[in-house]
Amino acid sequence: MMESLLQPWPWYVSGPLIALTMIFLVFFGKSFGMSSNLKTLCSMGGAGKYADFFKFDWKSERWNLTVVLGAIIGGFIAVRFLSDGSIINLSENTITDLNKLGFKNLGATILPPEIYSWDAVLSLKGIAILVIAGFLVGFGTRYAGGCTSGHAISGLSNLQLPSLFAVIGFFIGGLVMTFFILPLIFNP
Amino acid sequence: MKFLKFLGVGVFFGIVLVKSEAVSWYRIYEMFKFQSFHMYGIIGSAVTIGLLFFLIAKKLQLKSIEGQVINPAEKDKNYKANILGGTIFGLGWALAGACPGPMYILLGTGVFSILIAIAAALLGTFVYGLLKDKLPH
Repeated sequence: MMESLLQPWPWYVSGPLIALTMIFLVFFGKSFGMSSNLKTLCSMGGAGKYADFFKFDWKSERWNLTVVLGAIIGGFIAVRFLSDGSIINLSENTITDLNKLGFKNLGATILPPEIYSWDAVLSLKGIAILVIAGFLVGFGTRYAGGCTSGHAISGLSNLQLPSLFAVIGFFIGGLVMTFFILPLIFNP
Repeated sequence: MKFLKFLGVGVFFGIVLVKSEAVSWYRIYEMFKFQSFHMYGIIGSAVTIGLLFFLIAKKLQLKSIEGQVINPAEKDKNYKANILGGTIFGLGWALAGACPGPMYILLGTGVFSILIAIAAALLGTFVYGLLKDKLPH
């Protein structure tokens, strides 16, 4: 039991548990949406002075910021106490493709050092990657009206057509980046 | 005290996302390359369970602990914005390998460089707020 807890969890365990996260929040009278916190944090920081979009009572969203705080703690607990250091079991094709792009030690860490190590980040290219990626995520999610939790999980579960459009968008963008842009950025 | 349950849900969510490997850049790449069923299994089973839950909740008129009948809000029908914003989001998701939930969780796993992506995501949200009325919706 403890052993399987420490190993990576299969999709048929993780997926239902993600649904359970949403179900908990719905039972608590709220909804599952992680990107709303970005808007709340902007509002907390005084963005309401610049755009009406941020003029709302951010205190009513403190519950969601608490979820974020919990998620950070959960991330810490998972790697500190619930991991056996397993390498991510990526498919052979993924390993071949990423080797071609110059990625090494695939799956030994959660994130590739080629993007997230300080060595990589503290170069013009490295910092540009994270800044541009983050910006697109923050801008796009608000424009689309939600992210993976709000649209892909909650929205599709609730048969929301706007969410289907958003998820189609997620894939258009994701496929363009993965198939056409990543090979230009990582070109060893 | 009333915030404690939300903290608990967050901790649970953070653990599940790390253990599922959905917070991994590699898994997102693999998903967009259609080279593994893993991420599709996660999202597909989550949506299936979610669908069943909402069907049952509506049928039985289940109530939240606040006493209201469970009736999730309809999403705004801004199809242009959904697809355009979604595409922009997807570009960032595949580059960073992380969407907003995982960004916070990754901070907890000790990858502090993700703070740069989080700061940029806040800036992106802020800029959207400034430009909102000028964008097609």
